[in-house]
Amino acid sequence: MTTSNHRGLTRRELLSRSLVAGGSFLVGSSWITSGSAAWAVEVTALKPETMATLVQMARDIYPHDRLRDEFYVVAVKGHDTAEQAPMVEEGIAALDGAARGKGHSGYLGVGWEADRVEILRAMEESAFFQTIRAGLVTGLYNQKEVWPLFGYEGESYSQGGYINRGFNDINWL
Amino acid sequence: MVAKYDLSDDSVVVIIGTGAGGGTLANELAQKGIKVVSLEAGGRYLPQDFINDEWESFGQLAWLDKRTTSGDWRVARDFSGLPAWIVKAVGGTTTHWAGASLRFQEHEWKTLTHYGRVDGANLLDWPIDAAEMEPWYALAETKMGVTRTGGRPGLPGNSNFLVLEKGAKSLGYQDVHTGNMAINSIEYDGRMSCQQTGFCFQGCKWGAKWSTAYTEIPLGEETGFLEVRERSHVARIEHDAQGKVTAVVYFDADGQEQRQAARIVAVAGNSIESPRLLLNSASSMFPDGLANSSGQVGRNYMRHVTGSVYGVFDKPVRMWRGTTMAGIVRDEARHDPARGFVGGFELETLSLGLPFMAAFLNPGAWGREFTSALDNYENMAGMWIVGEDMPQETNRITVNSDDVDQFGLPTPNVNFDDHPNDVAMRNYAYAKGAEIYRAVGATQAYPTPPYPSTHNLGTNRMSENPRDGVVNRWGQTHDIPNLFVSDGSQFTTGAAENPTLTIVALAIRQADHIAREMAAGTI
Ligand SMILES: Cc1cc2nc3c(=O)[nH]c(=O)nc-3n(C[C@H](O)[C@H](O)[C@H](O)COP(=O)(O)OP(=O)(O)OC[C@H]3O[C@@H](n4cnc5c(N)ncnc54)[C@H](O)[C@@H]3O)c2cc1C
Ligand code: SF4
Repeated sequence: MTTSNHRGLTRRELLSRSLVAGGSFLVGSSWITSGSAAWAVEVTALKPETMATLVQMARDIYPHDRLRDEFYVVAVKGHDTAEQAPMVEEGIAALDGAARGKGHSGYLGVGWEADRVEILRAMEESAFFQTIRAGLVTGLYNQKEVWPLFGYEGESYSQGGYINRGFNDINWL
Repeated sequence: MVAKYDLSDDSVVVIIGTGAGGGTLANELAQKGIKVVSLEAGGRYLPQDFINDEWESFGQLAWLDKRTTSGDWRVARDFSGLPAWIVKAVGGTTTHWAGASLRFQEHEWKTLTHYGRVDGANLLDWPIDAAEMEPWYALAETKMGVTRTGGRPGLPGNSNFLVLEKGAKSLGYQDVHTGNMAINSIEYDGRMSCQQTGFCFQGCKWGAKWSTAYTEIPLGEETGFLEVRERSHVARIEHDAQGKVTAVVYFDADGQEQRQAARIVAVAGNSIESPRLLLNSASSMFPDGLANSSGQVGRNYMRHVTGSVYGVFDKPVRMWRGTTMAGIVRDEARHDPARGFVGGFELETLSLGLPFMAAFLNPGAWGREFTSALDNYENMAGMWIVGEDMPQETNRITVNSDDVDQFGLPTPNVNFDDHPNDVAMRNYAYAKGAEIYRAVGATQAYPTPPYPSTHNLGTNRMSENPRDGVVNRWGQTHDIPNLFVSDGSQFTTGAAENPTLTIVALAIRQADHIAREMAAGTI
């Protein structure tokens, strides 16, 4: 695979360029897909397995069952840089190590969310965990594409506000 | 014709900051034909420039210069570099503010008298009272177009208000309405009425909300007496051998150091920057900083007892639709020590968009308990607690001698510990807020911790006796007759009400005083 540099892309470009939706996926040395092949992303600095574990970790930190993996991929993709790779590789290795210590094959091999969360709780004070968690707060919730899934409508100025569009339309009180 | 003054013109009044206090003072003086130079660290943004997106707007307007924190408040842990959420722009924090405009209650001008001594608190009576402030409040309300005053109608209630109102009334609360808001409910003062867009915290794109950025500042400029120099960051204030201030040194938009001569200097940089400036202006004559013979500069920092309650319902509320803060319950604002604390609090509607909710609902929290709250975002109603906090001498702004900002100026540290009275009030208010929402069927209620401070008060307090505070009844420093403080840092105590109406009323009154004294030749 070519080592295309995705740094400097906007989130929206990233979303459209780095994700291959709907099962049509490429697998090369730097591509990673989900088990269900619902998404695929090219990694540039991280090992593909590391990215896959990072995406699961992201979901375990802020689990929203109605959000597909794509959103978590976009939320953590910023860590896929040469600068951050050593820190992330080390952190994920520690995560896998902790899982193995509990008799699993690795973090991705832990079947129940509660068991993965137990592993995360034990490392939540670490700089690695805090970096990933803090990055997710904006990386995940500031994606305009996730807003509708929470019902949030974003700006309304372009539509003249809500004065004629339901600012007081509550009907169940 | 916009005025343009020479740097060496020592007949001008120099005002530092163009927010609620400084922007109002600048226009009021200019209207009286007094020459004013306003120095503002931030740039100029008008309604067409505001961005209705929480993080982008934050990046555009927030004051992000380096600050540090200490003390037991949670903000020091979760947002250690961001003690306050305030603005660096022409118009100051009146671009971000929500518009709630309440007068102090009569007893709140005299808390030492009414509450008595409270251990660990530095309570003091203001040297002024409700009767004296009455006409200035009325002028401020007219200027700002405050609803439900002067015959102006109230705003219509949005869904978030309707939930609060029904819950509060079913608990027996009576003083419940859509607030006294400096937001036009009808066209007023050449500005249109509220279009219920939400995003009051990001700057009102319709100009329906009062902000000095597009009211006071352009009005002042029209007189030909006001010159606003934006992107001009004041470093220090200079004085002569007699101890009178003579000039202000600032960094202009190109980072060049400039010196503006002055007849009078008024400091209005909000309650962190104002004391920082006085402290950073220390000289051999004033080694502890300007106007600091009392040692009170930077002390008694107040931020209101705040906190939010978000209630979750089984059906949608869509709290973000409509005016952010047009809804209030006032019944708990009274002083009634039977509740276990002195002073009182207001409950006001509030909403955050999804991005800010994720950041502020329970900072640092993660896992399913946290995300299940956000999953119900659409079904949430929100309210904000704003109550009187106790002034404490040790809650203070200091300057870090070993840490400097982009201009090489010592950065400020904000130290804050909750007083036991603050904690008791907050816990009581959390419980009441939850009860209100449960009364209308909430399935969950989240007691959300205080955000970085939006109300910053008290660090150059007003006092009758020069020993007890920094400024006198006119906001004039006790030590230096031609140095004034014109923002919320003058507050002796904080009262339960949102502070801006009082800041504006004090600024109008101060302008009157300055004009009178200038005419009499006493300053
Ligand atoms: C999100 C939010 C909502 C709010 N809602 C309400 C509300 O509903 N009701 C209410 O009463 N209050 C509200 N407030 C608070 C209100 O905005 C402030 O109380 C008020 O603006 C303070 O006025 P001020 O003059 O003290 O300072 P500001 O308005 O903050 O103005 C200070 C100005 O000084 C400038 N400055 C600082 N240092 C320097 C320097 N060294 N050189 C040059 N310029 C400098 C700053 O850039 C700024 O423009 C809210 C605040 C926020 C953040
Ligand atoms: S809700 Fe009203 S006041 Fe608030 S920003 Fe929109 S138009 Fe302005």
